[in-house]
Amino acid sequence: MMLEVIDIIILTLMTVTVIGIVVMRNLLAVVMLGGIYSLLAASIFVALDAVDVAFTEAAVGAGISTVLFIGTLALTTRVEKRPKHKPLLPLCVCIITGAVLIYGSLDMARFGDPNSPANRHVAAHYLENTKKDTGVPNVVTAVLASYRGYDTLGEVTVIFTAGIGVILLLGNWRRGLKPPAPHHEDKA
Amino acid sequence: MREYLILRVITKLLFPFILLFALYVQFHGDFGPGGGFQAGVIFAASFILYSMVFGVRSAQHVLPVGILRAGIAGGLLLYALVGVVDLLLGANYLDYSPMSAEAKVGQHLGIFLVELGVGITVASVMMTMFFTFATWRED
Amino acid sequence: MVDFFGLYNYWIVIVLAMAGMYIVIARGNLIKKLVGLNVFQASVFVLYISFGKVSGGTAPILLKGVVTYSNPLPHVLILTAIVVGVATTALGLALVVRIRREYGTIEEDDIHSQDGHT
Repeated sequence: MMLEVIDIIILTLMTVTVIGIVVMRNLLAVVMLGGIYSLLAASIFVALDAVDVAFTEAAVGAGISTVLFIGTLALTTRVEKRPKHKPLLPLCVCIITGAVLIYGSLDMARFGDPNSPANRHVAAHYLENTKKDTGVPNVVTAVLASYRGYDTLGEVTVIFTAGIGVILLLGNWRRGLKPPAPHHEDKA
Repeated sequence: MREYLILRVITKLLFPFILLFALYVQFHGDFGPGGGFQAGVIFAASFILYSMVFGVRSAQHVLPVGILRAGIAGGLLLYALVGVVDLLLGANYLDYSPMSAEAKVGQHLGIFLVELGVGITVASVMMTMFFTFATWRED
Repeated sequence: MVDFFGLYNYWIVIVLAMAGMYIVIARGNLIKKLVGLNVFQASVFVLYISFGKVSGGTAPILLKGVVTYSNPLPHVLILTAIVVGVATTALGLALVVRIRREYGTIEEDDIHSQDGHT
């Protein structure tokens, strides 16, 4: 009962935040609301027993991501231009996609069901054998680093590539650059 | 930030505790929530806080660009080398069992080294990205 | 009541994900598109983690005396996905800064009109 109440409260706050992000034109406010959204997602993760994921989402989504966005805002503009035409077609596409997804979710296992197909097979095998194979109590760390070590190697390579990419794009290389284009005033 | 006395004092007080917490999360990732990614991000966050209050130059005195770039590559290299060592010891790539006399101790050692590699790379990449954004000039 | 709630959770998260997708395809400002992409990703993560919750279970850290744990597999997948998401966002933001240097603006319409004229 308590879980459902917390869930509904946090999901309502997330909906309000998303409406704010869609409507507002001040980019600093939009970025801050994005950070708040990540923090609310981290709170839902704690309510859903995903403590490692909540830790990572709070640190990465509400921390590093917001800092990088503010860094970009300092290097570019701060206000979004007023949209010129009414976006009917994207609204229709989103509504149709949402309706199809909701129709697809009617067949899914109920929330919290211990016998759903996702909670049997491999997950039960990991929960039973972690103590015997690795001796590490945190099952998520054991699966990440030992049972699925290849995937974590790929993930570290992705982070490495992103770092290299940012260095190449913004690394103050001076040779071969044209002079910068004049800034258009982004007023409505 | 020269005139914000409270920010400067509190940052200097908090900075070692944040680093200590990052190390705690890194090495206790086996027994509670945590692990390499979270620890790397918290470590980077402490340096980002320091450089926001005291300037990027003074943060780069502590960690020059060369060390950060070595860290980016070094963490990934450590991870891959653990796999190669397992290959040389006769098992599959990234199978930590032969790294010690008992299988469980080998797994512990393998997970420790792998998470250390992940933590080093993630911390170095986050710090490098922030410093790159902060020192970019348009002209 | 429990049966209705069993699906209502997923529906709200799908609505949030569609709102994020609307921001990506309907707004022209590049930074707002990236914020919308982050919103979309976070909603998909909430959807996946809610697949893994087991009622009466606890966090998947082995303790004495606990019998049911929540499913650890979605946690592992979403950990990787979060980190990949921040890598994508950082590269996107670096591209936005360079686009502003080259075109002088970060609105999609102005960039298209400048490209159309050259």
